Amino acid sequence: MGDPGATGRFGDFGGRYIPETLIPACAELDRAFRSAWVDPLFRAELDGLLTNYAGRPSLLYEAKRLSAVIGCTLLLKREDLNHTGSHKINNVLGQALLAQRMGKPRVIAETGAGQHGVASATAAALMGLECVVYMGEVDMERQALNVFRMRLLGAEVRPALSGSRTLKDAINEAMRDWVASVETSHYLLGSVMGPHPYPWMVRELHRVIGDEAREQCRALLGRDPDVVTACVGGGSNALGLFSGFAELPAVEMVGVEPDGGAAVGRGVPGIVHGSKSYLLQDEYGQVMEAQSISAGLDYPGIGPEHAHLDASGRARYEKVTDAEVLNAFQVLSRTEGIIPALEPAHALAWVLRAKEELAGKVVLLNLSGRGDKDVAQVAEILDRKSDG
Amino acid sequence: MADVVSLDAHLRTRRDAGRKLLVPYITGGLGHDWAEVVRAYADAGADAVEIGIPFSDPVMDGPTIQQASEVALDQGANLPGILEELRGIDAGVPLVAMTYVNLVFHMGYARFAAEAVAANVSAVILPDLPLEEVGEWEPYAVEAGLATVQLASPLTDDARLARLCARSQGFVYGVNLLGVTGARQDLSESSTVLAGRLKATTDLPVIMGFGIGTVSHARAATAQADGVVVASALMRLRLDGAGPEDLGAAVAELRAGLDEPR
Repeated sequence: MGDPGATGRFGDFGGRYIPETLIPACAELDRAFRSAWVDPLFRAELDGLLTNYAGRPSLLYEAKRLSAVIGCTLLLKREDLNHTGSHKINNVLGQALLAQRMGKPRVIAETGAGQHGVASATAAALMGLECVVYMGEVDMERQALNVFRMRLLGAEVRPALSGSRTLKDAINEAMRDWVASVETSHYLLGSVMGPHPYPWMVRELHRVIGDEAREQCRALLGRDPDVVTACVGGGSNALGLFSGFAELPAVEMVGVEPDGGAAVGRGVPGIVHGSKSYLLQDEYGQVMEAQSISAGLDYPGIGPEHAHLDASGRARYEKVTDAEVLNAFQVLSRTEGIIPALEPAHALAWVLRAKEELAGKVVLLNLSGRGDKDVAQVAEILDRKSDG
Repeated sequence: MADVVSLDAHLRTRRDAGRKLLVPYITGGLGHDWAEVVRAYADAGADAVEIGIPFSDPVMDGPTIQQASEVALDQGANLPGILEELRGIDAGVPLVAMTYVNLVFHMGYARFAAEAVAANVSAVILPDLPLEEVGEWEPYAVEAGLATVQLASPLTDDARLARLCARSQGFVYGVNLLGVTGARQDLSESSTVLAGRLKATTDLPVIMGFGIGTVSHARAATAQADGVVVASALMRLRLDGAGPEDLGAAVAELRAGLDEPR
């Protein structure tokens, strides 16, 4: 998992499929990131924020009670303990510093569940940047508390009213804003997708997850895990984890998609939002709406590097149903006293299903976010079930 | 099947005769009689007609074209169906298809190029296929005899503008402003600057678009440029119920405005 070069290609995937107006901004961002990423001062500033503000390193926790249930050794990378409650903070701190470095006083972000929106609003507040977050109108209803959080942090939240009014439409609106404001605004994209350099840059900003986890696992068990696994919507937390293990051929990498948004699972290539990857689409190439219990995974595409990892066979991708996710959400809460976000509950759902395959193995799962944002939604679903 | 008109020669001939070029737009599949709009545009003095193939995620389009796309898709519009209807009409002027690259990629570049030519389409505009990526499509277009129009932005630097003009076929599309499609109150200042830079760079016809909704916009934009695309203003009328005759009349008014002595 290296540098995709000037063209931003991961095998057949990636690239820069964007309007001419955005080409200079992407080129500028590529230059800025390349120079910052090898600049010790930039790295020291980012590391300082990750340590003293975000609370890194995040813990690697051996979930012994759940391990006994499954019959494996289950390690949880506790990204849920980061400031703002998910892995998203790694990326936004890096990009907000880059926005400052490029002299852009305004950032635009899209959000699905609200995790990236809250993280962006947080970083913007910390660094004194103006922040506008686009969020699908449907998601604003599902995640009203996060909308309030973002506003409390000083961000302006604008509803995306077109199409399915979810994450993909929020991205459309953010790109439309960016086309008009590109001279003063940085698009703080929240996942490993979009035009080059975003898929590569966002993965690098999350690489800390995998690098920490690898060393923590060695310190804890004196060995590497057999399997690393994470949920995949756009796929940033998974690539952050995978990047720490991709060079270790004995470590199997498993991404877990929602059944209703399984871009890799369907395996049809497409081009949207700046890159070529796998994409849910109808017979004519119109982008379809993803269906998932988790707003954060409600995206019809997937980061291009995941498409490449799938095509090359280095990672494999599984899918789980909403019912399996709800079960996993409750199992982790009860056996370990940890309420996960619905997104990482997907990865856990696969682990629970694959227990025979995983018997006796060391499994490292990225617990990418905490479940506070989801409890109201889950309560409603469970109430409905017990009533019915 | 009519011969595909050479767009480049057609537009140059008219431009060199002193005419300002007018390229009105219609969203393919928007209303059952959309193909009649194409003919009405041609009869009203269009020099070419731009056909938008509606896409689910039109990131370069403002509210009007977004709505036009959504309505057309809800009415069952799709790429093969639009090409099929175009095959059946004789517009008398060149047709330019505008869409987002995924629809073309999904159909298959070779198949789309062949079917577009069979439907009398002379050129394509793919706003999310910039110079960096156009190479994967271009050979199929060349093979089929289809022109690929490049778009230039006010932010495109001089070196890139030269490369882009050298690569463009049929005409060069100058994007007037930083932003999405849609009628604006005034023509942006960046329009004049970009038109001047394009004219200094290429002999291809230079046609400006984005934010041109009135005769005065069109006249101002063609002070330097060779022509204009008018899209959102016409689609606003269409969405509000305008039929082929009404849209033909709107284009006739733009035509008369462009033809008035300066």
